Amino acid sequence: MSPTYYLILAAALFTIGAVGVLVRRNAIVVFMCVELMLNALNLTLVTFSRINGTLDGQVMAFFVMVVAAAEVVIGLAIIMAIFRSRSSTSVDDANILKY
Amino acid sequence: MIESLGAHVAALYSAKPGSVHAPSIDYAALSPILIVLGAACLGIVVEAFSPRRARRAIQFVLAVAALLTAGAAVVWQAGANLTTASGAVAIDSAGLFFQGSIIVLGLLAVLLIAEQKLERGGAFAVQPAGPDRSVSSGTGGVGGTQGAGVAGGAGGMASSESVRVPTNTEVFPLTMFALAGMLLFVTANDLLVMFVALEVLSLPLYLLCGLARRRRLLSQEAAMKYFLLGAFASAFFLYGVALLYGYAGTVSLGGIAGAIAHGPSPTLGGHASQTLLLLGLSLLIVGLLFKAGAAPFHSWTPDVYQGAPTPITALMAACTKVAAFGAIARVLYICFDKAAQDWRPILITVAIVTMVTGAVLAITQTDIKRLLAYSSIANAGFILTGTVTLSAAGLSATMFYLVAYGFMTLGALGVVMTVRDAGGEANHISRWAGLARRSPAVAGVMTFFLLAFAGIPLTSGFTSKFAVFSAAFGAGRLELVIVGVIASMVLVFPYLRLVVLMYAAEPAADSATVQLPGGPTRLAIAVGALATLALGVAPGPLLQLASNAAHFVA
Repeated sequence: MSPTYYLILAAALFTIGAVGVLVRRNAIVVFMCVELMLNALNLTLVTFSRINGTLDGQVMAFFVMVVAAAEVVIGLAIIMAIFRSRSSTSVDDANILKY
Repeated sequence: MIESLGAHVAALYSAKPGSVHAPSIDYAALSPILIVLGAACLGIVVEAFSPRRARRAIQFVLAVAALLTAGAAVVWQAGANLTTASGAVAIDSAGLFFQGSIIVLGLLAVLLIAEQKLERGGAFAVQPAGPDRSVSSGTGGVGGTQGAGVAGGAGGMASSESVRVPTNTEVFPLTMFALAGMLLFVTANDLLVMFVALEVLSLPLYLLCGLARRRRLLSQEAAMKYFLLGAFASAFFLYGVALLYGYAGTVSLGGIAGAIAHGPSPTLGGHASQTLLLLGLSLLIVGLLFKAGAAPFHSWTPDVYQGAPTPITALMAACTKVAAFGAIARVLYICFDKAAQDWRPILITVAIVTMVTGAVLAITQTDIKRLLAYSSIANAGFILTGTVTLSAAGLSATMFYLVAYGFMTLGALGVVMTVRDAGGEANHISRWAGLARRSPAVAGVMTFFLLAFAGIPLTSGFTSKFAVFSAAFGAGRLELVIVGVIASMVLVFPYLRLVVLMYAAEPAADSATVQLPGGPTRLAIAVGALATLALGVAPGPLLQLASNAAHFVA
């Protein structure tokens, strides 16, 4: 099976994630969509690693996973802080700052 | 499309284990980064083990000492022109110049962060997650921007009764982590290292934005917006990296440049597909322009600059700008200079849109921090004007502009910290009316910074704008010069409006008053003002330094 299919799948997942970030309201779901984008590009990296015949892409995928884990820690802490003061995680409710 | 992989994969999986060699690392060349990173880690240990009473003094001394040592290490490395850690980090003259600027500006930002006299316990909340008890948190967006700008004006007195207000000291290690990430970001010679550095600098900044003691809802909202948009942008950056890896078979900047010039290397694989190159390049640039706050990726800037604690706004406006443009310049100058005909029209458009957006929207602002945020967007456009020329003159103008702008904006935000009322900082512009009657000195310093932002001669604003525009003119980019000059003229209006308000308007009954800040803040404002004056009167030495340093190791 041609590895190209994996690239197309990854591009589709990335797009779904990007659209999700733009249309979803809940901060947690928005954040999960960002994670979906990161996983899609991990798939891209691993596929290109296979196609190019070098291991760099697989190593990079590990870096991305570690950084994504660190990002989760920070992101959930911020969303928790918002939730404790507003009792809501909707990104539409956080609208004091504008114009 | 992809039938030619068999041989490569066979070679890959038959490679013998144990044939991996650890790369040699030049610790002396990396010492500025390592010192700041080490101080950040040490700061966490201090946070855990030192007595609460002494913690703030220890953290402050540690941060300042580490930055001074790192600055000395940068000076010691001057003239270095090497890559280390298997070519992942490039220590060259331009990189060292950016590192030095980040360290100097970061030092001033640390002085602002350490301010204690204006606000009991400092500007940062100890328990940022809880609801804000000192301020009535019912801003709730009821009053629009006006309500947000002066939120909680009445409720601010509650906490001033207690004798000892706890202080947040975690901001120092977080700041040091962010600065270490920036130092690595401007010297990264490999897109993977650049990504890791991007996250090391961003993650602490997301947290720092949400730590304000006053107006906590604004601060938390700013942190969430910055975080979600920042994570979104770094996903784009990474997808660009992945596509470029597919294109060139490597993510080192030199390797990608070689693939663009001569086609992908046969040993690394990769596909000389224009689609992969252009898609990867554009996604990568989107991620970088987001950090720089260039339009159309600027929409987070005003919200985050307004909501973040003012010392953190200063850190972001000065240091993050240097770091982002350092990385953009390195990527464009070493990696993609051979593909310039593909990206230059787009980046010129981005620069024009950024200048126009920042200048026009600055006119309508009523909050001083938002005004400075839109000014920083317009300035990102001016800096980009110098960067896209791809000439040595453009690079040195960019470097000079970044330093000059950093001093200006740090000083101006330092002044913003001192204009206060019972509810904290009085950021709404109407509260500054008649400030010159009450505090002529502070109004005078602010006026000087605003004139510098406006680009009046004898300030660094004039010399830096002149440098970028003459570089763009020299490269034949007349359209950038014309739009840039018009945008600077438009920007004069919001700056001078504030000056007129401070001098000509009658002070209202509820006008803000200036509180005398502590020594560190006074030092930071003084250094900012003196540097702005010195770079305007005698820009020669720094311009010479920048033009000598305008060189990346290939």
